[in-house]
Amino acid sequence: MAIFIDSDTKVVVQGITGRDGSFHTREMMAYGTRVVAGVTPGKGSQTFEGPNGSSVPIFNGMDEAVRETGADTSVIYVPPRFAAGAILEAAESGVDLIVAITEGIPVLDMARAHAFARDRGVRVLGPNCPGLISPGKSKVGILPGQIVAEGPIGVVSRSGTLTYEAVFQLTTAGLGQTTCVGIGGDPLIGTNFISCLEAFEEDPETTAVVMIGEIGGTDEQEAATYVKENMSKPVVGFIAGQTAPPGRRMGHAGAIISGSSGTAEEKIRVFNENGISVAIRPADIVGLLKSRLA
Amino acid sequence: MDIHEYQAKERFRSVGIPVPPGRVVGTPEEAEVAAEEYGGTVVIKAQVHSGGRGKAGGVKLAKHAIEARDYASQILGMDINGFSVDKVLVTPAEDIDTEAYVGVLLDRKAQAATFMVSPEGGIDIEEVAHTSPNAIRKLSVDPRYGMLPHQAYWLASFLYDDPSLVNQARKIIAQLYDAFVSSGASMAEINPLITTPAGEVKAIDAKMSIDDSELFRRPEIAEMRDTSSEPPSETKAREAGLSYVKLEGDVGCCVNGAGLAMATMDLVKYYGGEPANFLDIGGSSNPDKVVAALEIITSDPKVKVILFNIFGGITRCDDVANGIIEAIENIDIELPIVIRLTGTNEDLALKILEDAGLSAYTSMDEVVEKAVELAGVA
Repeated sequence: MAIFIDSDTKVVVQGITGRDGSFHTREMMAYGTRVVAGVTPGKGSQTFEGPNGSSVPIFNGMDEAVRETGADTSVIYVPPRFAAGAILEAAESGVDLIVAITEGIPVLDMARAHAFARDRGVRVLGPNCPGLISPGKSKVGILPGQIVAEGPIGVVSRSGTLTYEAVFQLTTAGLGQTTCVGIGGDPLIGTNFISCLEAFEEDPETTAVVMIGEIGGTDEQEAATYVKENMSKPVVGFIAGQTAPPGRRMGHAGAIISGSSGTAEEKIRVFNENGISVAIRPADIVGLLKSRLA
Repeated sequence: MDIHEYQAKERFRSVGIPVPPGRVVGTPEEAEVAAEEYGGTVVIKAQVHSGGRGKAGGVKLAKHAIEARDYASQILGMDINGFSVDKVLVTPAEDIDTEAYVGVLLDRKAQAATFMVSPEGGIDIEEVAHTSPNAIRKLSVDPRYGMLPHQAYWLASFLYDDPSLVNQARKIIAQLYDAFVSSGASMAEINPLITTPAGEVKAIDAKMSIDDSELFRRPEIAEMRDTSSEPPSETKAREAGLSYVKLEGDVGCCVNGAGLAMATMDLVKYYGGEPANFLDIGGSSNPDKVVAALEIITSDPKVKVILFNIFGGITRCDDVANGIIEAIENIDIELPIVIRLTGTNEDLALKILEDAGLSAYTSMDEVVEKAVELAGVA
């Protein structure tokens, strides 16, 4: 088992002919993801050449792509100025999951897009996220396939490369993963920590969860309360940004301490209070996990 | 991106919010001329991206033009919380009956623009929200429908009892939402919103932050950026497409990815050092970006050592290693450089670096410890 995506997931790539879209589509296909369609307006009826002689049909719009191929998941590599529109289109096309990789989408556009998707019962992951990977089954997004391994650990994170760092250490230590989910570094994201924790709690193959947060907002604090009240599985946490100054955006649009709220110190304290083992260094995650699983 | 009070007031005026006139000046003489023209008492207000201007002495009431010139000369050049004042706003002083607070920001939890209003003006809204939440009325605006008339009325009626004041405030609140959306703001604030003895409601202060992701489609707002209020290295970083924040330490950090960059800074601190900066070079192994990053880091005289922490995923470590070497060949760097590369093609990368005489590590802890040690020695 895994959460959100598995070997049956049928993916349509929005922005398949762009630089990032085409590169990562080939990466996904090489990993074994079932990419069934691509969408680029104006390039319908062309074909995308995948690895090893494989190919994917390109459509002008999402409606047609989903109707023709039965895709259930969309991944978006569309530039910021068109990305919110791509999410709206995907939300009406019949897919269940939209993975929005694009960084730099105007936040007010996302407020509308999230509301629109919510109304239609469609899950959005991101934006500004690396996507997700269920090792050995499927990857949707840009997470590097070679650093993951199949196993019992669920990973959920707001970051990209910091997630890779943690996952790589898990894999090296022999702790494979059910699914690794990057929920995104933007202030308004579609799938939060709690949604992922719920899914990991329900997934019979996941035995423990690693949750990687950062400064800004209160998502981690609410997730910590959820862990205490609803989770039977051990959770190990890490928070980035202990040295971040208040009021400054640390790369991610959502990584900002507003006033006195959203500090790493506060999040670490709430983690500790709610039974989440907090790794002070990324290198401590494996040790804590092993001790919680022992 | 923060904009100045006078710029936020321009945005407010353009949507119809009543804002007293004002003129931005850079010299005491210009302040005197402006005060002369307005006549009567004026307020001289420092234009800096910092709160607490009043407490710092950056806001003064001048009874006549000569006094305006004197205060302007005191305030110009003043340092307010690390920001140097090079412009003041001269604006006629208003007679104030009451002060209220009206603000709107993008609330992460509600995923919507959320208003907060309070009949107590001149306050720190975050503090009041914490200590006396009953003094605040809060409303999230559904992005699909915008601010509805009855919602603006509901907020306004929390501020005033008098129907004329409520009616004026209702309009201002709806207009503030327009200004917020049409500016691509992440925060807009009127603090205080005043009433005058003549029964008028006016915004005498204005604050606004713009969502950086909006700037590509709002060139008129992008132009408002005041690069004099940030370190030159931050201006250069933005122009190079790098995410950079200058800090006070001496370990220069160059990392791919924002989360890993923060974690690297934290680890520097953990091992007893102080990070000189946050810097995310992004997923690209483009040597130009590495060169720009190194130029920015080395332009900070405090930096004693340069630390690279690269996790190669899709990005290949050997590409990054080549980028680093090309960068070092192109700029003269005397500082020690320590590099950690791991992930895709790390073996190739380590060989490339070692051949060039650079120390290379695969563990994040090792490299950070080494960097802190070198910063201590240097």
